[in-house]
Amino acid sequence: MIQAEGLTKAYGGATVVDHLTFSVRPGVVTGFLGPNGAGKSTTMRMMVGLDRPTAGSVTIGGRSYRNLPAPLHEVGVLLESRAIHTGRTAFMHLRVLAATHGIPRSRVLDLIEMVGLGEVAGKRVGTFSLGMTQRLGIAAALLGDPGTLVLDEPVNGLDPDGIRWIRNLLKDLAGQGRTVFVSSHLMSEMALTAEHVVIIGKGRLLADLPVGEVLASTTRASVTVRSPDARRLETALAGPGVVITRSGPDLLVVTGLTAAQIGDHALAERVAVHELTPRHASLEEAFMDLTNDAVEFHGGTPAAPSETLGVSA
Amino acid sequence: MSAAAPGYVSPVEVQPVTQRSVIGSEWFKLTSLRSSWLALVLGLGALGFLGGVVGFFLNRDWDRMRPARQAAFDAVGTSLAGARFAQLAIGVLGVLFVTGEYGTGMIRSSLTAVPTRLPVLWAKTAVFAGVTLVTTEIFAFVGFFVGQLTLGAHSVPLSSDGALRAVIGTGLYLAVVAVLGVALGFIVRSTAGGIAALVLVLLVLPGVVAILPQTWQDTISPYLPSNAGAALYDLRPEPGSLAPWAGFGVFCLYAVAGLIAAALVLNRRDA
Repeated sequence: MIQAEGLTKAYGGATVVDHLTFSVRPGVVTGFLGPNGAGKSTTMRMMVGLDRPTAGSVTIGGRSYRNLPAPLHEVGVLLESRAIHTGRTAFMHLRVLAATHGIPRSRVLDLIEMVGLGEVAGKRVGTFSLGMTQRLGIAAALLGDPGTLVLDEPVNGLDPDGIRWIRNLLKDLAGQGRTVFVSSHLMSEMALTAEHVVIIGKGRLLADLPVGEVLASTTRASVTVRSPDARRLETALAGPGVVITRSGPDLLVVTGLTAAQIGDHALAERVAVHELTPRHASLEEAFMDLTNDAVEFHGGTPAAPSETLGVSA
Repeated sequence: MSAAAPGYVSPVEVQPVTQRSVIGSEWFKLTSLRSSWLALVLGLGALGFLGGVVGFFLNRDWDRMRPARQAAFDAVGTSLAGARFAQLAIGVLGVLFVTGEYGTGMIRSSLTAVPTRLPVLWAKTAVFAGVTLVTTEIFAFVGFFVGQLTLGAHSVPLSSDGALRAVIGTGLYLAVVAVLGVALGFIVRSTAGGIAALVLVLLVLPGVVAILPQTWQDTISPYLPSNAGAALYDLRPEPGSLAPWAGFGVFCLYAVAGLIAAALVLNRRDA
């Protein structure tokens, strides 16, 4: 269980993390989402005592990270910026960390095999690809068999095979009852692994909810309409709360009306319709809605689409 | 443990972090990098054998030397001439042992494993100063004997006045240089800056003080780090130098001050 309470970090005048309060439960993968620069990495660094909060606190199992007697046994950390000396071999990198907690050499060797680096264990990390470095970082995070994992962008730089491996690994770790907190800037990636998401933008909490409810939080369900007389249909459909975007000479994207309502209007106006396709917002779009208009969402008002061409009201 | 992970109980046996285990980790760190071996070989090679080379040529050219230089000749100092190079190699390695971690980001792994932080500073200092002390003591003796061998007729025995103190003092001086290097590394955090600070403290400061008025020089000069430390191993000290052990004590105080500053910034700064 990770608990952030009013967690705040300011550098000079800029507030990077702004009064974050949320908790991360054991047993499920919790995604930590936000656009680049939202404050995810800073939040994670504060969780493991690298950065000191300007205000507020974050605890792991009720204790501050700095007070943990055997931190690697309780929290496994993968930081976004690689935190590995490039001059050391993969084996020695893990050995160096293991030594601080009296973790035996045999566990180091087991983990190197588990992450698939057995062949290159004796090679210097400077020669590694981003994906190999990432695997070594995962091995380091698992070294102390921790009950909590804090992983910053773990799929970064991995090939499709590696990405699938990480997804399964995260689910397995959560399935064993561990707390798994994973950051990403890709909603689609989290949709495949996480059950719960914490979304931040500009350092502020935007949403803290099950993945399934992210979709419900957006208004962006639309209908694609193709008609030879698109201009006349556009006029016919106009009304309060209806937003029409022209995406081609005969193509309209309509929000605010259902496909059935559009069909009825077309029939009444005697306009031919060649295509009528309801389109649900993707998770990615829902995520964009949340993060694009951080302030509006924060205030609890429904987000209004802002980047459209033919707005009629 | 169960408070941290109510849903998960680890079967793996893990020990709490202790100062001793952090020292073990730092020992692995120091010995697993090529730069450590390279710098140690260079420094110890200079300490052990440079004096011999100097002694060989000095012995050959003795008759052509000016009387003043013959009078100023110091057989012990000649055989330990490599210490000047060794101090750079050791000091730079001390800086690099720390700044290499900042440069690569390794420091964040180190500090998440040891979140109380200060044990990392103490362990790095102990491991590197310890390795330096043991190896430079051995090579200072090697340097002395090789140097006396090549000096031939101009050599002195180890039992001569001050010789043993100079040889042992060379190793002690270099061990304190090692501490200074580690401390500067933590304070400055960048390799280039750390090495510049080291060179400034050990080599540039005496030159800067030399352009001051004579009365100021006489007051300041003996207390400069390198001059104070040199009092222990230099058998032909400048007039006004501190007594051998007093000078070494002053040099140690600089190292302690450096460590205190390093501890303060390590605790306070974000990593």
